[in-house]
Amino acid sequence: MTKYRIERAPAPGWMRILIPLLAIPVTFLLTSVIILLDGANPFTAYYHFLVSPLAGRVSAIEVFVKSTPLLLTGAAVAFAFKGGYWNIGAEGQLYAGAIAATFVGTVLLDVPPIIGIPAMIIGGFAGGLLWALPSAILKVKLGVDEVVTTLLMNSIVLNVTSFLLNGPWRNPVSMWPQSPEISAGTVFPQLIPRSRLHFGIIIAVIVILIIWFVISRTSFGLKMRAIGLSKEGARFAGIKVNKTMLIVALVSGGIAGLAGAGEVAGIHFHLIDAISDGLGYSGITIATLGGLHPLGVGISALFIGLIDTGAQTVSRVLGVPVYLGDVVQSTLLLVTLSLFVLQNFRIRRVN
Amino acid sequence: MHAVQMKGIVKRFADLVANDHVDFDLEKGEIHALLGENGAGKTTLMRILYGLYHADEGQIQINGSPVVIHSPRDAIKLGIGMVTQHFTLVPTLTVAENMVLGETGSFTINLKEVEKKVAEASKRFGVPVNPHALIRHLSVGERQRVEILKALYHDAQILILDEPTAVLVPQEVEVLFEALLRLQKDGLSVVFISHHLNEVMQICNRVTVLRDGKLTGTVNIAETNLKDLANMMVGRENFGVTRQGQREQGKVELRIEKINAVDKKGLQALKDVSLEVRQGEILGLAGVSGNGQTELSAVLCGTQKITSGKVFAGDVDLSSAETSDVCAAGIGRIPEDRHANMVGELSVAENLILDQMDNFKKNGILDQQKIQKNAEELIKTFNIKANANDRVRTLSGGNMQKVMLARTLSQNPRIVIASQPTRGLDVGATDYVRSTLLEQRDRGAAVLLLSEDLEEIMALSDRIAVIYGGKIMGVLPAQEATAEKLGLMMAGSAA
Repeated sequence: MTKYRIERAPAPGWMRILIPLLAIPVTFLLTSVIILLDGANPFTAYYHFLVSPLAGRVSAIEVFVKSTPLLLTGAAVAFAFKGGYWNIGAEGQLYAGAIAATFVGTVLLDVPPIIGIPAMIIGGFAGGLLWALPSAILKVKLGVDEVVTTLLMNSIVLNVTSFLLNGPWRNPVSMWPQSPEISAGTVFPQLIPRSRLHFGIIIAVIVILIIWFVISRTSFGLKMRAIGLSKEGARFAGIKVNKTMLIVALVSGGIAGLAGAGEVAGIHFHLIDAISDGLGYSGITIATLGGLHPLGVGISALFIGLIDTGAQTVSRVLGVPVYLGDVVQSTLLLVTLSLFVLQNFRIRRVN
Repeated sequence: MHAVQMKGIVKRFADLVANDHVDFDLEKGEIHALLGENGAGKTTLMRILYGLYHADEGQIQINGSPVVIHSPRDAIKLGIGMVTQHFTLVPTLTVAENMVLGETGSFTINLKEVEKKVAEASKRFGVPVNPHALIRHLSVGERQRVEILKALYHDAQILILDEPTAVLVPQEVEVLFEALLRLQKDGLSVVFISHHLNEVMQICNRVTVLRDGKLTGTVNIAETNLKDLANMMVGRENFGVTRQGQREQGKVELRIEKINAVDKKGLQALKDVSLEVRQGEILGLAGVSGNGQTELSAVLCGTQKITSGKVFAGDVDLSSAETSDVCAAGIGRIPEDRHANMVGELSVAENLILDQMDNFKKNGILDQQKIQKNAEELIKTFNIKANANDRVRTLSGGNMQKVMLARTLSQNPRIVIASQPTRGLDVGATDYVRSTLLEQRDRGAAVLLLSEDLEEIMALSDRIAVIYGGKIMGVLPAQEATAEKLGLMMAGSAA
């Protein structure tokens, strides 16, 4: 009789690279069940998810618009994870960056863009950094689990935003819960006329290139990688684990804050409650899907941006809920993580 | 009448023979010591008896009838109980709940009834425990009593204790011994695994000594003495590499003054330890494992803090140093646990520069070519069988240790702390590591060698210190040190 046995055996190198790619068809296979239950044809759905956004000029540009904050939150999460700091708070840090940028944009009146734009970038980075600070300090000084604290900080900042928008920043004209408009000199320039694609995507690409350089080419990068792989081994080698982790956590928060600044300065021009609907959480998916490698993060952010754009088309054309995009995204994360575990095993037939 | 008879037991782990045709018998109502150094095969033999391992060869008889023990469940049915060093109690449950864990016998559980039964058992066996107490509120000694009572509660006639005193403070040891002697009178047979000679002499009737997985012999305690037992335990042939002649000694390089430190459980692990290591000498620190070596090594590597005392490297005060200060002071460290102290997922080249990155960067940017060249040179010099870009995790134990040696020794440290440097290595790698340590000594470094392998200590050291119970029992020049003398000191007798 033939039996099968599961053995521990790492997959070869070429297969490891293919695994994130393999996750995509597996995900579509799984989610097609839900699409069928919704009475739609899965193939049509996938066509609209993956192909039709790229078919038209407007929707193709929209993919890049959607990807702009995702590139940054993905980079923020990947940077933190690579350094062994489990930052789940990119969502909150994004909001804090948006708040800080709104503050800068509404305070700096009549400034030229040459001053206004750097001020928005610095403001957004500082906002995210400050919001990451309490969790980072608790982790380094008291060993409090950062997964819990960064997650809780997300809820806090949502309420702070709500307070600001219903209190001091409530629009005096419309009485809507939205902040006053930021001044003209602090708006990010458009890259393509009559589109929403803005300067933020250039910032995102530069940030990704910088963190790639830092992680792979500098001594700081080697330190943070060593910590991420083995805190004990790193400490033994004389690396200052706490100091390095603190810097990683704060930079990660700052990068997520840039995403918030970009949404304010490039898309909305004011602060609203719904400045992000989970862009920070998507950053976790993107970082994982990209294997924590900055270039992988770039590709997977564009891919998630594509699905997000496609979800709206799918919903419009096939009459299924727009949340299908979230289902695909979440399934993709679970499948990718499962594959990362499963790649360490093989099934062998024994007689 | 034999309670247990084990005949010709063989147990192999891959290439390692942990038990090589071992015979063991336990009479009814005796306390029988199983004595040997670390890795001698004591625990393996008893794990086979308790069903945790399966013997490759050999037979087991319980009360005269042959048995096959597949699992601890079978062992418990046969009246065998085992208390390991790592307790298997659930900290958030009470003593009574832990007693019946997995053995409730019915769907519901009458806790009152169980508590009453546990209290009765506690009285009957003379092992005092409070059935209502939560495990996490109990001291280590009390937890151990719960474990023992748990075994007796399940009708154990044969009790295996794996180094029961290793986790106890002296007062608790006394309580344990009183309980064991009382239980012995009631007919319980006990296997007492230990490497503490004094304890064995104190409470055991007979002793079986293992060495390198083989049986050395079984003797009556009444017919033996500490010296003979020490010889049976450590006596061994010499190794290939030995020290060459006597050398002129330099000035004191590493000075340890009356340091105290605690272990992970918060118990005192180092008591007023003072040592001096001079330039161009190897000071060997002998001792049975768990007597403070791990903590001393951690302190000198900068990974553990001392509660009082001073450590000096030359003129540099390292009493409250971090690992980075220790590296900067020119102390080369070869740690006990090489797996934990390297980053397995980084490459050989990266691990080789991990504690000296400053030498390989310009404006914060790593010089990849220099790193690669450094790795290739060290791989050649230290004869490491690996490529510069291989992940360290994929290397064999010997090659991993060579990477550690290469990283540490290529920086020409003035002090070398080597902790169990040859543990788990094959003969070739062992010889290589030993000759490298001697080279360091000849170069003028002050070498502190912590080893549980007495033969290694005797082969390499210029002077030998012995640690027992966290105290230095004495320091002998190598010429005066015999296995017998050191064995006695390792067992707690002063020099």
